Amino acid sequence: MGRYVARRLLQMIPVFIGSTLLIFLLVNLTPGDPLLNLAGPRALDPNVRAQLTEQFHLDRNVFIQYLYFMKGVVTLDFGTTFSGRPVIDIMKAAFPITIRLAFLALAFEMLIGLPAGLIAGLRRGKLFDSTSLFASLIVIAIPVFVLGFVVQLFLAIKLGFGSPTVGVTTPWKDLVLPAVVLGSLSVAYILRLTRTSVAENARSDYVRTATAKGLGRGRVVTVHLLRNSLIPVVTFLGADLGALMGGAIVTEGIFNIKGVGGTLFLSITRGETATVVSIVTVLVLVFLIANLLVDLLYAVLDPRIRYA
Amino acid sequence: MPDRSAPSDSPDAPSNSQASQKSQTSETRSGQGVTTQQSGIRPTGDFATPILPAAAPARDIRDTSDAGDISGSTGKPRSLFTDALYDLRRKPLFIIPLAVILFLAIVAIFPSLFTSVDPRFCQLSDAAKGPIKGHIFGFDRQGCDTFSRTVHGTRASLEVGLLVTVGAVLLGAAVGALAGFYGGLVDSVLSRVTDVFFALPLLLGAIVFLSNFQKRTVFVVAFALIVLGWTQIARIMRGSVIGVKDADYVLAARALGAKDSRLLFRHVLPNAIAPVIVVATISLGIFIVAEATLSYLGIGLPPTTVSWGGDINNATAALRTTPRILLIPAGALSITVLSFILLGEAVREALDPRLR
Repeated sequence: MGRYVARRLLQMIPVFIGSTLLIFLLVNLTPGDPLLNLAGPRALDPNVRAQLTEQFHLDRNVFIQYLYFMKGVVTLDFGTTFSGRPVIDIMKAAFPITIRLAFLALAFEMLIGLPAGLIAGLRRGKLFDSTSLFASLIVIAIPVFVLGFVVQLFLAIKLGFGSPTVGVTTPWKDLVLPAVVLGSLSVAYILRLTRTSVAENARSDYVRTATAKGLGRGRVVTVHLLRNSLIPVVTFLGADLGALMGGAIVTEGIFNIKGVGGTLFLSITRGETATVVSIVTVLVLVFLIANLLVDLLYAVLDPRIRYA
Repeated sequence: MPDRSAPSDSPDAPSNSQASQKSQTSETRSGQGVTTQQSGIRPTGDFATPILPAAAPARDIRDTSDAGDISGSTGKPRSLFTDALYDLRRKPLFIIPLAVILFLAIVAIFPSLFTSVDPRFCQLSDAAKGPIKGHIFGFDRQGCDTFSRTVHGTRASLEVGLLVTVGAVLLGAAVGALAGFYGGLVDSVLSRVTDVFFALPLLLGAIVFLSNFQKRTVFVVAFALIVLGWTQIARIMRGSVIGVKDADYVLAARALGAKDSRLLFRHVLPNAIAPVIVVATISLGIFIVAEATLSYLGIGLPPTTVSWGGDINNATAALRTTPRILLIPAGALSITVLSFILLGEAVREALDPRLR
């Protein structure tokens, strides 16, 4: 177990370096002057320019800049934006909001997706199964920005169900509708994964054994069948967590949430290299660690899996 | 006789499928067969899936029609694809989406067959006006004809979707096939490269990439999505190739002295490509969504190109007063994506022998 974790952590290092370098190169793909518009229509004072160039190592090539950046990241110093605001402050403001939103979305996904998938899997070919499968395809086909506006228009504005935009203090109750929109795509995937997995395992030997031992149907289904069927679902959730954190750009925009997605999008369009790269670095870390936890969870869920 | 096992991405797949090949029973023929776990949307874990020490329940994957083929009564053996096509021809869930897609293709190629109104002829005096004769869906906020813009917007979406899918399949299949076929160091390196690209979310990476470009044509947007969107195909191709590369017919060909290139192109790829086709069909829909999302965010296709995403973005400001302007391109977009996803699902069911 310990050795397995150590090996996985070592394997993460090249992926982490590769992903962060990739985003660094993408941000700096075209040679432009990030200081060009810093002073608005006026030209930047030459002394200030020289100082900023020195501070951000703008006269060095991209790879050297990357090394300077990583040197900072290792010591948890994410640097400052071009206008001097520490990036860590920006992240401290944005991440708690997005974490709350992602938490609600995950809860919604599991509360709806898992039971529906379980029922559909147990009753394959029946009405509930085919209806929920088709409904899930429709949800997958509707882009999140369309769904967001439709929910905002019909649920929030016309029916007065929840708030159409999120207030400054981002109270939990305002985040419910955005979380439903954000999680809807994943609900469809979780439903389909659970259903497939349950249907496959329902005819396995261990379920038959459990039934033959005389266990009640509820116990067989929840403890034996569902638990072993969760592996693909958990795999999906691990990848989904990263997507929820960073992929909320659209949802946060529609509901006016000042989270990671919105901050990231603004920073990209304004060319704030340090903020973009720092946030993406954190997101990549979240993604990698979530995937490691998922792999460790496999052993908990399926007793046949052991890590040497 | 081609191996008909559905290539699985779990490492114990080869032994599993070979074991079940030996048994000639076919109790899963009834259509109640074991459903595949590889639903194409499983995003991670292919490189990290731990090996199940105990064998998974034996899956029977033989089709009863094989027996007839072996005995020679039907002449030429039917391939997996012929079988699939035979199945698909009678399925409404295949025919209907296919018809919709063909119709959309015609709309994309000849938009003027469906509307004679110029999508770029806009008069502010018409802004947000309701439907009148000759303009069945009314006008958008700039006073352009909504129906005409929706019809003309089809092309951009389908072009990007098709370009990205072709590019992602070529790149992803090449990387995945090489990694799976050669294994060892090649596999380790290519798999890590795939991991690197996989760790960046598609939309996020595409936004960053596209923010570098002032002139964003269809090709630039497609390129951005290819660069960040090929990883899933690569993972599936790799798993699929690993599943068939040790099959008896491949070993036999190798023993006869076939070169690697011949083994790969003649024996391994044709038997490993099925899951990729399924995922590619579904991905086409997903890539269309990605393009529309980028255009909606204002960082995809420029406003000069008529596109659904751009029009939806334009309509958001008038959502409360005239939701129709938003709902019409959004409906067209959703129907298009749904068609590709349904088509992919139907193809998956037909190509997966475990469902037979």
